[in-house]
Amino acid sequence: MDQIILQVINGLDKGSAYALIALGLTLIFGTLGVVNFAHGALFLIGAFCAVTLQRILNISAQTVDPTKTDFLGNPAVIKTPYVELWFGPEMGAAIIDWSVPLAVLFAIPIMVAIGVIMERGLIKHFYNRPHADQILVTFGLAIVLQNIIKQFYGASQISTPSPEVFRGSFDFGVLLGYEANAIIYPYWRMIYFAFSVGIISAIFAFLRFTTFGMVVRAGMADRETVGLLGINIDKRFTIMFGIAAAVAGVAGVMYAPINSPSYTMGMDFLVISFVVVVVGGMGSLPGAVLAGFLLGIVESFASLNEVKSILPGIDQIIIYLIAIIILLTRPRGLMGKRGVMED
Amino acid sequence: MSRLIMNRRGLLKSGAAVGAGLAMPTVFAGSAAAQSYTNEPTGASVTLGFNVPQSGPYADEGADELRAYELAVEHLNGEGDGGMMNTFSSKALSGSGILGKKVEYVTGDTQTKSDAARASARSMIEKDGAVMITGGSSSGVAVAVQALCQEAGVIFMAGLTHSNDTTGKDKKANGFRHFFNSYMSGAALAPVLNNAYGADRKAYHLTADYNWGYTTEQAVRESTEAMGWETVAAVKTPLTQTDFSSYITPVLNSGADVLVLNHYGANMVNSLTNAVQFGLREAQANGKNFEIVVPLYSRLMAKGAGSNVAGIFGSTNWHWSLSDEGSKAFVQSFGTKYGFPPSQAAHTCYVQALLYADACERAGTFNPCGVVEALEGFEFDGMGNGPTLYRAGDHQCFKDVLVVKGKENPENEFDLLEIVEVTPAAQVTYPVDHPQFAGGELGDCNPGA
Repeated sequence: MDQIILQVINGLDKGSAYALIALGLTLIFGTLGVVNFAHGALFLIGAFCAVTLQRILNISAQTVDPTKTDFLGNPAVIKTPYVELWFGPEMGAAIIDWSVPLAVLFAIPIMVAIGVIMERGLIKHFYNRPHADQILVTFGLAIVLQNIIKQFYGASQISTPSPEVFRGSFDFGVLLGYEANAIIYPYWRMIYFAFSVGIISAIFAFLRFTTFGMVVRAGMADRETVGLLGINIDKRFTIMFGIAAAVAGVAGVMYAPINSPSYTMGMDFLVISFVVVVVGGMGSLPGAVLAGFLLGIVESFASLNEVKSILPGIDQIIIYLIAIIILLTRPRGLMGKRGVMED
Repeated sequence: MSRLIMNRRGLLKSGAAVGAGLAMPTVFAGSAAAQSYTNEPTGASVTLGFNVPQSGPYADEGADELRAYELAVEHLNGEGDGGMMNTFSSKALSGSGILGKKVEYVTGDTQTKSDAARASARSMIEKDGAVMITGGSSSGVAVAVQALCQEAGVIFMAGLTHSNDTTGKDKKANGFRHFFNSYMSGAALAPVLNNAYGADRKAYHLTADYNWGYTTEQAVRESTEAMGWETVAAVKTPLTQTDFSSYITPVLNSGADVLVLNHYGANMVNSLTNAVQFGLREAQANGKNFEIVVPLYSRLMAKGAGSNVAGIFGSTNWHWSLSDEGSKAFVQSFGTKYGFPPSQAAHTCYVQALLYADACERAGTFNPCGVVEALEGFEFDGMGNGPTLYRAGDHQCFKDVLVVKGKENPENEFDLLEIVEVTPAAQVTYPVDHPQFAGGELGDCNPGA
């Protein structure tokens, strides 16, 4: 039983990342009708916003300490971050320690700007082109973006830890009457899950309860009619692209402490996120979220030794197996609507 | 008087023969009349092929390998401070190239993919005339390129490859490995783990689901079980896995009190980070502190895992903090040129380049069979690992192995690992026919052409 609880929790946090990326993908597909293969790269850029802020905060004043030597035997250069010089050692160290949460604020304007530039500069030229063209151009863009990241930051992973206070684990087992260490879960992953739920709720509330959201939903249902009513739906859709980019970006920022970012992480998530979108139903926001969490949980269970001893290798194919089963039984996905990508 | 009679069958036979001849790669057809071996250098220079990952997940390691090769070429051509040529026990190299020919080089990108690595190696041999291929950061690539070099008739000086199979079941006469292997990691680590954690331990292995993972798991299991440890589970993890949480969570309830991560590269960084996140470092099991072991460490990867490596044991081929004259000379040379200390990948590649050049000088030829003869059974020192033997039976170097531990309080960004023990070569030496290296034949050297 404890293993079941543990894998459900595991799946929820893994599903959080899938759901956040899939939500952004669906927002873009639902509003602009564009299949955006560069969305994983936006997640990647978000994670590297965290790396960048960490590096900015660590920009240091350098002094030579003649009592110490470096690896070549020369007098050692001692680096003291400017934030520690400006705000004092304790405050400065705390600011550096909290670089990832701070990077959420740092990333939002950057990601919105990147999203808007991407949409206005490239993707709008492909609105009326076949989906195959959109996939090719956005996939190409993703490769360009990830190689730009590699050029600046290298190919190795970069450690981006969470604040010290969140580095431990919470013992759920004791809370539920199990013995110690039976069900433990890292604080930061719990925060990631709560953060995802918050972002997803905010997006749904924005679309449901604001006039802007109402117009966007109307545009998603019938773009032409909304346009005939004199509403500039293109402008709103551009803003939605920026919002979707920001969602992917902050998902990447908060994911950075879970797995040290490297330039390939966008592609790692992209393929699986598309499966999530297809399983959830193309264009369906609740479908994307539901499928994200569902596939996250299923994937976690497939990794259990007990499951793998019966079905060796199932952990590597389970997501695609589920996709095949759902598409065979529900061709439009879990919550897909008639007419979407069926022409 | 004979008459040429060409019937349909004859035409087909002739066509097939001509077609086969045309289809044969130029390197295998060669110009036998002009050359006695593949890519025999005839001008004033000799070309070496550096086949390293320039893209893909090991690109940083590949970049460091390339830096080391460029430094080696400088030193061979008499430029720079000479580096390890000054400390190398063999004095055949004089800084005037190899056999009087200036050393030039071409590079290829392995992408850490066997097919891409073979394609780039083939291109360097066929188009650029490389007489030796060296480099790489993966055993899959090493085995694939080694086999190609054997067929083509050029020498392969392996880069970073740790699987037993490179000099085990997949060994080839034209291939040589300076880097240590999985068996040596297990043999070096086991006594240190025994001293640190005791003989009554239960281990849980997470193993990357490919060749290197299997040989490392087998080596560590056999070494630790021999001293009394029990293996409670060994779970394969997909090579493409990025989040290991679902593999880590069952560990604490498995009855194990040690987690062995047979992972390298991004797998290692992620699985170790995840294990620490899940509190394994602070956990207790069977009345003991829970421990984590990483059999193969790399400084570049330790950097990716950050403070999570602190206190965790592993093994490594070489470390820049070694204080022998050879290591100091290399670190000085590399550090002065590039501004940071070399990685173990850079070290093994630099040494391989020098060893090849030295073997050519001693053999008096670039002919692969002459080079093989010069390297087989060659004993040397001054290259950073103490007295070393290139064993004739399998073309594996036998030298000291370093057991290291993630540093608790690093003083700078390079100060990530500390050397716990220098395991003597005798302790990691095994017979050629050891079961972990069973199968495969070294065969005969192939000069090609």
